[in-house]
Amino acid sequence: MILLKLTWHSLWNRRTSLMLTLLSIAISVALLLGVEYIRKEAKQSFMSTLSGTDLVVGARSGPVQLLLYSVFRIGNATNNISWNSYQHFADHKWVDWTVPISLGDSHKGYRVLGTNSDYFLHYRHADQRNLSFADGKSFAGVYEAVLGAEVARKLNYQIGSEIVLAHGAGSTSFSEHKNKPFTVTGILKPTGTPVDRTVHVTLEGIEAIHVDWKNGAPVPGFEIKAERAAKMALQPETITAFLVGLKTRATAFRLQREINEYSREPLLAALPGVALAELWRAIGQFETVLRIITVFVLIAGLLGMLTTLLSTLNERRREMAILRAVGAHPHHVFVLFLLEAFIIALLGSLLGMVLVSVSVLIAQPWVAAEYGLYLHTWWPQLTDWLLLLLVVGLALIFSTLPGWIASRRSLQDGLTVRI
Amino acid sequence: MNVIELQQLRFRWKGQSQDTLNIPELIVQQGEHAFLRGPSGSGKTTLLNLLAGILLPVEGDIKLLEQSTLKMNTKQRDCFRADHIGIIFQQFNLLPYLSMLDNVALPCHFSARRKQHAGAIQESAEQLLEHLKLDQKLRQRPVTELSVGQQQRVAVARALIGKPEIIIADEPTSALDSDARNDFIRLLFREAEAQGSTILFVSHDPHIAPHFPRIIELPEVNQA
Ligand SMILES: Nc1ncnc2c1ncn2[C@@H]1O[C@H](COP(=O)(O)OP(=O)(O)OP(=O)(O)O)[C@@H](O)[C@H]1O
Ligand SMILES: [Mg+2]
Repeated sequence: MILLKLTWHSLWNRRTSLMLTLLSIAISVALLLGVEYIRKEAKQSFMSTLSGTDLVVGARSGPVQLLLYSVFRIGNATNNISWNSYQHFADHKWVDWTVPISLGDSHKGYRVLGTNSDYFLHYRHADQRNLSFADGKSFAGVYEAVLGAEVARKLNYQIGSEIVLAHGAGSTSFSEHKNKPFTVTGILKPTGTPVDRTVHVTLEGIEAIHVDWKNGAPVPGFEIKAERAAKMALQPETITAFLVGLKTRATAFRLQREINEYSREPLLAALPGVALAELWRAIGQFETVLRIITVFVLIAGLLGMLTTLLSTLNERRREMAILRAVGAHPHHVFVLFLLEAFIIALLGSLLGMVLVSVSVLIAQPWVAAEYGLYLHTWWPQLTDWLLLLLVVGLALIFSTLPGWIASRRSLQDGLTVRI
Repeated sequence: MNVIELQQLRFRWKGQSQDTLNIPELIVQQGEHAFLRGPSGSGKTTLLNLLAGILLPVEGDIKLLEQSTLKMNTKQRDCFRADHIGIIFQQFNLLPYLSMLDNVALPCHFSARRKQHAGAIQESAEQLLEHLKLDQKLRQRPVTELSVGQQQRVAVARALIGKPEIIIADEPTSALDSDARNDFIRLLFREAEAQGSTILFVSHDPHIAPHFPRIIELPEVNQA
């Protein structure tokens, strides 16, 4: 008890210099916890990029590739699938709904996605959240477009803005569909998913801008005016992929097999959860690197504490001689240093926890408004407490060195108070 | 009763070729306040360390209160010191981060015996401080703001609390002027006598010697 009191008063007496040590431990603990938190949040947000969809169907390739182009708008489809196949499965008895997706065009570097208004009804992200409109409404006409939040913000578009689509995915595409501009009718709220970076138009719109094209280029001297094109029968012959929602999830595997074995066209059906997990494993390597870095940051913080403890050894020599004179054993001296490290590490860790949770609280509304990501409030989990235990344990181990030196020295110094 | 009894004591610092101390016999009896004198480097502090059980002799026997401290283990020696010996250093006796009262009470936390003797620690400490002319007003102040003389008197109170039988003081007055020194000696004697503690006092200062009933010239008892 007296040792605790002595440690506390002694620490308080040296508080200014110890404050920095405390802070360095707090920051390294906050980093460690913060990285762990971000890792979890990133994974969760990634895994919920697409939720509520039971199957993603496209031309036969790999499930990861299918997911990349149909959901993340990365890369291109190797092949399209026929409208007939789509219709076949859209009318399947187990299927509740489908959403067609047609990709291939872009606008100033943002992908254009042809679909129908069911997309806004059925597409779900993070915890079954629906897409919702920040402004305006879904497209109705052929030449109407709905913008993702980032597209509207970055390119500064409002409802009523006119945009021209370009053929192909590059931002410097020369072949633009200049004669058939689209009008923005709606802007979506941020979702933190690739939807934010997408320009949504109708399937008919995609068909209309390509009626006078052949093999990816305009047919020279053959131009169909926008109004006329809109009135033509714009049933697409092919689409890129489609999302499937089932009446009961239990049939997912059976339908997947049925689609994969579809004899009239080589198709691939992927379970989004499985494919997302596979994709995360591929790109999630960074978490290991982050973890290793933060462990080193923590060790640096603890080494800082060790340095402080070692540097106080000399100035505390007198203190130890006095304590020895009034009857303290060398092991009391040893315990004093352990207690000191324990208190610093514990307070530092707790301060680190406060830092993390306050930072998250501050970040929450901003991240939600800016990126549409709903961060969970940080609250220490079992692993976080274990981490705290680790920090305190390491601190105790580190402090045995100065403690041992001090208790050795207190034996040699005896009653001679050296300064 | 022999408070201190040394027999055939030999001590040599590690790595030295000569003994620092070689004392065939030295006895101090209860109430026989002794003044230990000797030139610088003659081994006075070394002797006090041996008595306090912090250093161990190469040879010989040390008996304090008729108990051989050399037969004890380290922990028992530390306990014995806490229980029976009050120590006053030359300077810097106080822990700067504790209050005056907490500084005085310190030995009671390491020795159950002294705690028991002190009774109500707070009151004993206050009483001692009162006797040592450290009044209420001074007690509120951080100990670092006290004058050296005041600090040394606080150290006396700490050495005396819980009535240890032996008070060891290693040049406690060397940083004091003559008035403060006389005050210090007078108060130390009065309080030590009042509770029956025996003083072993080391100093260079020839003016202090007349206060003591017994004067030990270290070069005379030391044959090293
Ligand atoms: N820690 C030590 N290691 C080795 N030798 C020491 C140590 N402490 C003291 N000595 C030596 O022991 C001898 C006696 O020293 P000591 O400190 O006991 O003298 P002293 O009589 O107290 O002197 P002073 O009056 O100056 O305090 C000296 O020669 C000194 O060099
Ligand atoms: Mg000395």
